[in-house]
Amino acid sequence: MSWFVDHLDLVWTRTLQHVYLAGLPLVVGLLIALPLGWLARRYRGLYAPFTAGFGLLYTIPSLALFVILPGILHRQILDPVNVVIAMTLYTIALLVRTVADGLGAVPDAVAQAATAMGYTRGRRFFAVELPLAVPVISAGLRVAAVSNVSIVSVSAIIGTQQLGLFFTDGFARSFYDPLVVGVVACIVLALLFDLVIIGVTRALTPWVRATGARA
Amino acid sequence: MIAGIIDWLGDPAHWAGDDGIPHRLLEHLWYSGLSLLVAALIAVPVGLAIGHTGRGRFFVVNLAGAARAIPSLGLLFLMVLWLFPKLGGDAAFLVPNLIVLIVLAIPPIMAGAYAGVEGVDPAARDAAKGMGMTGMGVLRKVELPCALPLVFSGLRSAALQVVATATIGAIAGLGGLGRFLIDGLHVNDYSQMAGGALLIALLALVVDAAFALVQRYAVSPGLSGRFRTRPEPGDQPMDVEMSVGQHRVG
Repeated sequence: MSWFVDHLDLVWTRTLQHVYLAGLPLVVGLLIALPLGWLARRYRGLYAPFTAGFGLLYTIPSLALFVILPGILHRQILDPVNVVIAMTLYTIALLVRTVADGLGAVPDAVAQAATAMGYTRGRRFFAVELPLAVPVISAGLRVAAVSNVSIVSVSAIIGTQQLGLFFTDGFARSFYDPLVVGVVACIVLALLFDLVIIGVTRALTPWVRATGARA
Repeated sequence: MIAGIIDWLGDPAHWAGDDGIPHRLLEHLWYSGLSLLVAALIAVPVGLAIGHTGRGRFFVVNLAGAARAIPSLGLLFLMVLWLFPKLGGDAAFLVPNLIVLIVLAIPPIMAGAYAGVEGVDPAARDAAKGMGMTGMGVLRKVELPCALPLVFSGLRSAALQVVATATIGAIAGLGGLGRFLIDGLHVNDYSQMAGGALLIALLALVVDAAFALVQRYAVSPGLSGRFRTRPEPGDQPMDVEMSVGQHRVG
């Protein structure tokens, strides 16, 4: 405990770095997965190749991806951009299918009602279909968020600055304190990410509470 | 850079001996296969029992979620630090690594087995009971075959998790393909690191494809619909790759 108090500054700095490395890819990944998921839904022929193709990406072990990416991108191995891109790829891999399935779960009658009320295709998507798909997309995003926090810590092996460095520090010195602090900080961070997504989802889907309707 | 990797992969010296690619590959498969087997022996029966009796549902659902939040690298180091002084020789590194692999493989397998049984059509279960089957009979002849697609998708996620984490194990003294990555990192040899990383990525893709193939042929044709030429009206396409328990932390 005293180790934690003595190193509060370092824990805080690395926590912020961790939030950046795990959080930014969530936002970017979601923004990229939304149009891809929409395409997979709109053109049925794209669904199988999209989900299978991005699924393959998800198969590649993170440590391997952290090492291969700098070679492909011509960057230094320590450059945090590699980790951000790797995590963005994983996020897209998980979310394309979720977005497509979430949009697919919008009842036909609702979409038709919107059309009958004079909604154009674009407005119908943003005002009706996307909001109704939020609960499904949010479930996928929660999985991505929590696993991102854990995967980012693996990049400590190649030396990226974030909470995972407490693991390598502690292991190298056979010293439990930083290790335990690192593990607890990672778990707390994953929980916080989860809570934020739950909160945003609640704010975006007021009808779920108003009607007691099931997501 | 690419040329360096090709040179590294093409060098016959890297294909022979105890630190050659074939031996490292066998090590990787051995750790992964053993951990997956032990995890399946624990998780499949428990998952099936929870799905069959409905008791412990809360436990299995939350276990999969909570396991996702645990950083595998931290868990691995804690386990090695704790067990290393208690064990000697080769076991000192091997045992803690294997324990972590097994612990990480259990939640997705259990979630798959549970969800598979849970999702069985109640009418099929009732029909089996009506035919006079006992609880065990229903589980063995109806619920298990119907649950197989999800049991396999749980095993498949677990296999990916294990192959990825076994790679990380190299930093805690484990053999396997991860060695090239970690050893290359220590001597600043990017060709060796990237060559190893490519082999690992390839291994993960092959393992995933192998599971997809086994899944396809182990599941009853009546369920997978692979011998049916024309879909019947009202048929829902069966999604055998449903992402139950799909997660990775490594």
